[in-house]
Amino acid sequence: MIKKITSPLTDKIIKSLNVGDEVIISGVIYTARDAAHKRLVLDIKKPPLILKDQIIYYCGPTPAMPGRPVGSAGPTTSGRMDEFIGPLLKAGLKGMIGKGPRSREARDLMKKHKAVYFVATGGAGALLARHIKSSNVIAYPDLGPESIHEFNVLDFPVIVANDIKGRDIFEEGVKKYRKK
Amino acid sequence: MREIEAKKITEAVRGLCIKANYELSDDMIYLLNEALKKERSSNAREVIRELISNADIAKKARYPICQDTGLALVFIELGQDVKISGGDLTEAVNEGVSRGYKEGYLRRSVVHDPFLRKNTNDNTPALIHTDIVPGDKIKITFMAKGGGCENVGAYKMFKPGAAREEIEDFVVETVKAAGPMSCPPIIVGVGIGGNQENSALLAKKALLREVIKLNSNKETHKMEKEILAKINGLGIGPMGLGGTVTALSVHIETAPCHIASLPVTVSIDCHAHRVKEIVI
Repeated sequence: MIKKITSPLTDKIIKSLNVGDEVIISGVIYTARDAAHKRLVLDIKKPPLILKDQIIYYCGPTPAMPGRPVGSAGPTTSGRMDEFIGPLLKAGLKGMIGKGPRSREARDLMKKHKAVYFVATGGAGALLARHIKSSNVIAYPDLGPESIHEFNVLDFPVIVANDIKGRDIFEEGVKKYRKK
Repeated sequence: MREIEAKKITEAVRGLCIKANYELSDDMIYLLNEALKKERSSNAREVIRELISNADIAKKARYPICQDTGLALVFIELGQDVKISGGDLTEAVNEGVSRGYKEGYLRRSVVHDPFLRKNTNDNTPALIHTDIVPGDKIKITFMAKGGGCENVGAYKMFKPGAAREEIEDFVVETVKAAGPMSCPPIIVGVGIGGNQENSALLAKKALLREVIKLNSNKETHKMEKEILAKINGLGIGPMGLGGTVTALSVHIETAPCHIASLPVTVSIDCHAHRVKEIVI
């Protein structure tokens, strides 16, 4: 069954999520990838957005065609952001969307701060773009596709990869389907 | 001599950049549908369904298949009886890439220097590989190569007496180490033979083969099938969420080599496998 949730997140929503849950998200999410993370950490005392309860989406979209909010907008590899998430989680960030597994350290931090990690399907940039209803650059416009965008999303499809119980979809999935 | 205007080449390359990034080929869609039948994990089946739907939306509603619209790889077979007029080949290709990426609303993902890393803003320069062949035509094959899967390729020099099995294990280990990073289900290109740089080029050329076309060499075909089965036994699955379909196809190209050498390169392409060609 598909779970419908809203963003920003609440403790109640976060507690209800389990590894492998197929979830659709509606509400506001923010994009940031490598360069924006580097700056966010430097600016953490005065961040350009309030991180509390928010979701960050690791995404650098293609340029939008005229009349559209966004171009193709799938996730990028999350592991590259692992070294930056400590201060962001401390500032109240509760959710992340990307592709691929997180480091042990990142997972421990997520568990400590009760945050969840979702995966969106890498390479499904066209499908995902259709769930983004508006897009505004709210910080670091000089970074181009790497600037921070505020997306209003509707029924944005993701799967829970790390829940607050410390479970991990990648470890569990590979174990289940590996031939001995 | 047959004269071909440089601007014709530019126009062809421009078109290939756009077509490759918006239209996943029918053979890839066929393989994804086959994968949906074979896959046992329900999360993984959902991923595959999304990929099939994504290809349909990309083509009909005009969104690039993936936001990483890649580095432009351009393979040219230049007939030796062709004279290019009104410009030079390299410039004509790069102009085509520049126009294709700008006019096709594709992401510019190239930086001018490995350390200073300033975006060139038009996705040039393309990586161009040219072979001179008999005839009076130009065949241009374009591939948009994403960063995630490119980053997880591998090279190894084997002893000349190495068994086929050792090479198979190297390919499988490379895919295992790549894990979810390569955006599975993947296409695996393997170059065996030649020398160091030649094996790398062979691996890339192996990726260009139509994904449903069988290898004409019986022994190599057998090896491809064996490697594919081993890779799909790894359990990585679509997007690494666990599953029974990690690779869609394995392609091997071989070449003669030095008596002391047996070089092997593995190049991985993600499920957004974007290859298009044209003959002028």
